[in-house]
Amino acid sequence: MGMTITEKILAAHCEGDRVEPGQYVIANVDLCFGNDITAPIAIEQFEKAGFGRVFDAARIALVPDHFTPNKDIQAATRAAELRQFARKHSIEHYWEVGRVGIEHALLPEQGLVGPGDLVVGADSHSCTYGAVGAFSTGVGSTDLAACFATGTVWLRVPESMKFVFTGELRRWVGGKDLILHTIARIGVDGALYRAMEFCGPTIENLPIDDRFTMCNMAIEAGGKSGIVPPDEETRQYCEGRLQRDAVYYASDADAAYVETHEWDVSGLGPQVAAPFLPSNVHPVEELSDVALDQVVIGSCTNGRISDLRVAAEILRGRKAAPTVRVIVLPATQDIYRQALREGLIEVFIEAEVAVSTPTCGPCLGGHMGVLAAGERALSTTNRNFRTRMGHYDSEVYLCGPAVAAASAVTGHITHPAEVAG
Amino acid sequence: MEGRCWKFGDDVNTDEIVPARYLSLTDEKELAGHCMEGTDPEFVRKAGSGDIIVGGRNFGCGSSREHAPLAIRAFGIQCVVARSFARIFFRNAVNIGLPILECPEAAGDAQTGDVLTVDPARGVIVNRTRDKSYRFPPFSPEVQAVIDAGGLIPFTRKKLRL
Ligand code: SF4
Repeated sequence: MGMTITEKILAAHCEGDRVEPGQYVIANVDLCFGNDITAPIAIEQFEKAGFGRVFDAARIALVPDHFTPNKDIQAATRAAELRQFARKHSIEHYWEVGRVGIEHALLPEQGLVGPGDLVVGADSHSCTYGAVGAFSTGVGSTDLAACFATGTVWLRVPESMKFVFTGELRRWVGGKDLILHTIARIGVDGALYRAMEFCGPTIENLPIDDRFTMCNMAIEAGGKSGIVPPDEETRQYCEGRLQRDAVYYASDADAAYVETHEWDVSGLGPQVAAPFLPSNVHPVEELSDVALDQVVIGSCTNGRISDLRVAAEILRGRKAAPTVRVIVLPATQDIYRQALREGLIEVFIEAEVAVSTPTCGPCLGGHMGVLAAGERALSTTNRNFRTRMGHYDSEVYLCGPAVAAASAVTGHITHPAEVAG
Repeated sequence: MEGRCWKFGDDVNTDEIVPARYLSLTDEKELAGHCMEGTDPEFVRKAGSGDIIVGGRNFGCGSSREHAPLAIRAFGIQCVVARSFARIFFRNAVNIGLPILECPEAAGDAQTGDVLTVDPARGVIVNRTRDKSYRFPPFSPEVQAVIDAGGLIPFTRKKLRL
């Protein structure tokens, strides 16, 4: 019996040449990381346990991205704890405001994650790096504390689900629409404990940024990880930035999958997830009378350069509707710089949009765009749970950058073709 | 252990267990004051130490925040019984030593106010109010070893001979 790409990566990181789904393994990690919410708890546990030294200062990353620039004294204290730990243990992969970005955009961009890697992060969207052919998954703070000490993590080898996409994507349709469609079909626990493997001709033609978006939201279907078999597109992205040797694994033809779905997505239009679950997905047309108070374009899901390009294409020469607050958050400083060079930031400012320094901010209701009772946002982020962006009685709708930008112009949920043709 | 049951539905997410605006807190006692606030703001006034939370499918889905099981444990909840758990919540609970039990039948039947007796060692849950008993499967030996050690930190300390 052959192995899936996920099983091959796991086997390569523990003793033994093969692993079976359901088996528990202690795996060596290539990189482990946490942020200003999860790492302080890990640091406290690490110190209390008397672990002393970290396993490898070069294989740890600390990313202050959630409540930075510090939103209040408590957040500043947490960020200080991160900074002190980074200095004490000479952690090189640590970035201050002005250099930091949202972890799941920053780490691959900095070449810290690549094909064949095994990565764990104390953040649920750590599944994002499957986009570059890594096995990566979210863990908790205690896991991270133990990993700081040992460089290992306990994992149950997941069963794999295969998603084969065929058909050419229509204009204004991208990775976000594909993943929302997927979550709608299988449900928020449809991939519980499993690895989601995205493949097929549509995925082979999908740009890396869209692959990041898809793998990012594997967790929204309960998945342990998402992965796209690495190919030429992956190679081009990783070349010149990857700080480690890449290993390009592929699933064997006779690998076992618990489920296989094959979907022709050539007829798929832009998708929107209504409150309060990412699986509550509708074609954009069905929600076109939903009026908005805020539009957010950013996050680890859709704050990359291609997302900003799509948004700017629609907003160019237009203005945000006077009833809507529009916030754009480039996910990293490099993306911000690139957007500046391409004139996208000017497009946003001329459209009367607020452009923020990279931060998670409103995505988790932290700062930089929190909602009041009764308010409604459309957002390119990944979660629309109750209270996610603010008050208990506020609402979040999820979509890709094209729908977000078009809706920013009209003030209600809008198909991009209505605004930009 | 025996306790009064508080019943919740399917897909209770970590924003409901501890809303993100409290995530810059690390003190367990303070976190306990916001336990379940995102789904039932009155929970901390109604419930008490020694109670048991019963969830539906996919309990604890969403973010990786360990603040969620920490808040539940620090509030004094003895254990969480659910039809199924989201995976990061599951591992966080194992790692911090919060007892969690997957038992679809017991979770389905139980209602708020029922009295449950839970015996993890024997794999039995008894609903005293409804006079019914349920079995649940044991953890894998690997997970049980972490639980027996009292959580991942003591487990790792032992491994590193600290
Ligand atoms: S952008 Fe949102 S989902 Fe992504 S890491 Fe930040 S808070 Fe989490």
